[in-house]
Parts: sequence; C-alpha cells; structure tokens
Amino acid sequence: MIEPQPTEVVTPQRLMELVAVLHADGHRLVQIGATSLADGGVELNYSFDKDGRFSNLRLPLAAGNLTAPSITGVYFCAFAYENEIHDLFGVDVKGNKLDFKGNFYRIAEKTPFLRKPADPQASPPAS
Amino acid sequence: MPLFNMTATALRNLFARPATRLYPAEKRELPAGTRGRLTIDIETCIFCGICQKKCPTDALRVERDAKRWSIDRLGCIACANCVDACPKDCLSMETGHSPAMLTRDKETHTPAAKPPAAPTQP
Amino acid sequence: MATRTVIPFGPQHPVLPEPVHLDLVVEGEKVVQAIPSIGFVHRGLEKLVEKKDFTEYVFVAERICGICSFIHGMTYCHGVEQIMGIEVPRRAQYLRVIWSELSRIHSHLLWLGLAADSFGFENLFMASWRIREHVLNIIEATTGNRVIFSSCRVGGVARDIDDATLKDIVARLEGLATDLRNLGEVFLDDTTVKHRTVGVGVLTKEHARELGAVGPTLRGSGVASDMRQLKYAAYGDLAFEPLVEDGCDCHARCKVRVREIGQSIDLIRQAAARIPAGEIAVKVKGTPSGEFFARTEQPRGEVVYYLRANGTRNLDRLRVRTPTFANLPPLVKMLENCDLADVPVIVLTIDPCISCTER
Repeated sequence: MIEPQPTEVVTPQRLMELVAVLHADGHRLVQIGATSLADGGVELNYSFDKDGRFSNLRLPLAAGNLTAPSITGVYFCAFAYENEIHDLFGVDVKGNKLDFKGNFYRIAEKTPFLRKPADPQASPPAS
Repeated sequence: MPLFNMTATALRNLFARPATRLYPAEKRELPAGTRGRLTIDIETCIFCGICQKKCPTDALRVERDAKRWSIDRLGCIACANCVDACPKDCLSMETGHSPAMLTRDKETHTPAAKPPAAPTQP
Repeated sequence: MATRTVIPFGPQHPVLPEPVHLDLVVEGEKVVQAIPSIGFVHRGLEKLVEKKDFTEYVFVAERICGICSFIHGMTYCHGVEQIMGIEVPRRAQYLRVIWSELSRIHSHLLWLGLAADSFGFENLFMASWRIREHVLNIIEATTGNRVIFSSCRVGGVARDIDDATLKDIVARLEGLATDLRNLGEVFLDDTTVKHRTVGVGVLTKEHARELGAVGPTLRGSGVASDMRQLKYAAYGDLAFEPLVEDGCDCHARCKVRVREIGQSIDLIRQAAARIPAGEIAVKVKGTPSGEFFARTEQPRGEVVYYLRANGTRNLDRLRVRTPTFANLPPLVKMLENCDLADVPVIVLTIDPCISCTER
C-alpha cells in the first residue's frame, strides 16, 4: 500500500472521545462515508488526516437501528456529510447543528442507496 | 496604479485573424489517433464475442452462428476498449465522427463471402 | 431592524458552470446567510459499481466530471491497483503524471475564464479559453479526445506517447509562456480586477482548517497541503512543493491557480525528461478483495475514493468524496456578510464542480 491506513472499529461513545482527541491534535476531517451492508445495516467511516497521515474510524450500525451521534459540535463541516448520509442512506444523525431535515439532496426516491436485506444484487460484505 | 493591462492583448486580437473557424465551410483537421468512429474489417472477424463482453455500454452485438456483428452507434462512447481487446485486430477507430442519425437503428455487418448474405451497410 | 429577504441563487445562473442552489438571506444588499441545496445532477454513479465489471467501471469514473475527468479515472485505477497489489510500470506512471498535469492546466485555464466572466470581463474570459484550446489540441493528439481521455486502465495506460511527441508537447507549452504571462498580469495586477477580488470572500487560516477546505481554497489561506505530496504515480521522482499564498481572499486563490499552471508546465517538463522506457500496462488477473482509500489531488483539491471489494467482478462499494463537496462548508462561511454583487465571484472562487459533488 502506498500509505498505511489504520482503521479502528468504534462504538458511538468511543467515537465521540476519539473525535475530540483528534480535533485537539489538529487533524482535519477528510470525509464521512456510509456503506450499505447486505443485511440492511450501515457502516460509517470517519476519515481524518494530519500532514498526510491518514486514519479512519469505523462505526457499524445494525439494521433497524440506524442512528449515530453528530460530530458537528467538534467539526462543524461534518454537517454536509451527515445530511448526505441521512438523505441517501436513511441514517438518523442526532444533534446535527445544521440539519436540513431531508432537504439537502433533492432526489425523487427516499434513501436510494440503502440496500434492503435479501436484495438480489447484494453480495456478502467483506469481513 | 496598473490599469488597462488588457489593452495590448485586446488591440492585438482586434487586428488579428479570428480564433474561430468558419465551420462548416472550413473543417478542422483532426489529429491522427482521434477516437471518432468504430469500424470493422468484417472479413477478418471470427465472431468470438470478446468485443461484446468488453464494451462498457453494451453497444455491440455479436451473433456467432448467424455471423453478424452489429453496433448501436448512439450507444458507442468511442472508448476503444474493444479495439484493444480484439484478438484479430479487425476493429479500428477512424478519425471522422459518426454522422447525425434520425433513428436509433443498429448497424449490422456480415461477411460478403457467406451465402445468403445480407448486403453490408455502410 | 432591517427586513430580511430570501433570494434564490441558482440552479440556473449565467455564472454557474453547473447547477447548485443557494438560498441567500439578505438584509438590504448584505448577505447574512447562505443555505445550499444540491441534487440537480445526481446520477447515482456510486450505485452503478454494483452492475459494472471493475475493469469497465473506469469509463464511468472518468465521466463523473468533464473537467477533472482523467484524475477521476486515475484515482479509481490507483485504488484498484493498491487493493490487488498490481505494480504499474514506471513509464505508465509518468504518462499518468503528464496527462494529470495537462488536465490541471486546462482546468485552471477554464476556471480563470469563468472567474473573469463572474466579474463581467468577457474579453479576458475568451482570452483564457483561447489559450486553453492549445492545451486541448495537445490532449487530443495524444489521447484521442479533448475532454474524456479514456486513456487510463487498471494496470497502466491505454496509449503511449513517443519521445518526439513529448518534446513537441513541452515546446508547445513553453510557446504559451508569453500569453500566460500576459494573462497572469491582467488577473493579478490590474486595478479593476483587484477591486473585485482583493478582500472578497475572506477565509482565515483557522476557518479553512476547521471547515475542511481542500485544494487551492486551502492553499490560498496559507496552509501547505497538497495530495501530490503523497507521492502517488510518479510524483515521488519529481521536484514538487505545494504553492501557498497568505492572502486568504479570492485574489490569493486566483494567484495560487495562476502559479499552479506554471508549476504544472514545469512538472511536465521534468516528467518528459525523466520518463523511462518500458511497458505501458500489465495484464490484470483475478479479482480484487479488500479495501482502500485512494487520495489524489485534482485541480480543485483532494479527492478520496473509498473502494471495497469482495472477490467478485463487481466492487462492493465505491464512495467518492470530491473536493467541491468538502469546500461547501467553507463556501457557506465565506458568503456570510458579503455583498450581493460579490456572490458570483465567491461561489466561483472554490471552483465548483457540482457534477463531481453529486455524482
């Protein structure tokens, strides 16, 4: 690999602790991405960068309980990503400081990227 | 303070030839290697179907038994993936662009030697 | 207490290259707040990865955007190659650098034209695009098409450029030097242009870092961050330093982009001098399995491709985070307390590429 990309799997509480630590250390938020899993769950990836050093936090969400805490209290720019994952994947982000309530992405179908379980196109998730 | 820095360029442009071309009276010389239009040398084609598998837009159809190769011109994105993949090198990219079309018909090619032959269309 | 009016800006606006909607809350002539809204060109390209073979998806990836198309394709190929452990031949890496930098030159010239258009200087707009035609001719001669290059493949590149053509490319780019210098003088020194760009759209260094700005938006605020420092493709062999300006306003960002054109020409000259002989592609066997975050520097900033593969011919997940998406929060910040007439200039200063943002 061209650069090491350490990934840590976290719980919501650990996520909030680590985000505060990374912010204090001067890391930049690179992106928040969502991956829809075959069983209906969603995996959130929070990526950070400092001087070219990349790190990633992974928050798995189980199907039927797609809620995550908002990090806009620490990184305000996360509002764009959190609105996007809400509009495309149906993840309910609690405490988003700039919540568009579903009006950020103008699309015809609600949560188009969320895979329903027993989707014929679903492939087994990478472990 | 610097003002009117653009004057020299503007005056030069005013008295020079226009940068635009009087198309269609004057056509642009396309460089060799421009990906314009896919053509096939149907006599060399072995109807293996690799080009159909490699086409990202599914614009090609190859029928091995009927010995027919057809292309949906409006679906072709001129990426030349099929040209790179063809084992017999019978596909090539011409420089000229496809002419405008009124209907979305497929263009079919069949080798002339095999009877009964459908006439090869341009 | 002044009354507040909401003025809709976009999606149709003469100055916008692509549709984005902003609701501007104004008090008199001052914009108090801007509320963005996107989704006008959402094509669901991330979902298409479930249907397309992973080697064919490069054609879709490069069509995510027309202006930064080659680097999208290259980032996708870079990601797949890192997952599969494919060693791309050095010559192919150098060719990718040359095409990336040509892409950057034509993108910055396009932006310079649009920026001139945003403050009404149409003559300058046409002058920039006239120079850009020469760059597009070079690209067409080497890849076959002006905008969508289709020359990157997983495992290498599709076409070679011979040494005579490389010398010709460098000569042609150096022939543009006088025109580029004149253009730079108008953009950076002319008093009327400076009146529209200096002090407009201020984004302090702290805000730029906090709000996740990338690319020239970040470098124009004094932060030296450029993904080419990660040494992907052949950038590790070339002498390169990110260009930084401290002005924090539209003028500084304009200066960064003008200087980057010169820097790109220098990188192409270096690459053409050092390019080794060899193969241009390796055969790709098997299917990918694993995940990777591919990060490269587009003309607009850092693009991140998260690829996840599970051993089949279709990738499991592709997530593209484009630079304009990351620059939307800084844009919202820059629009606070600006004049209504400055809104087009500020919106253009982040170099919005909305088709990238929405994929």
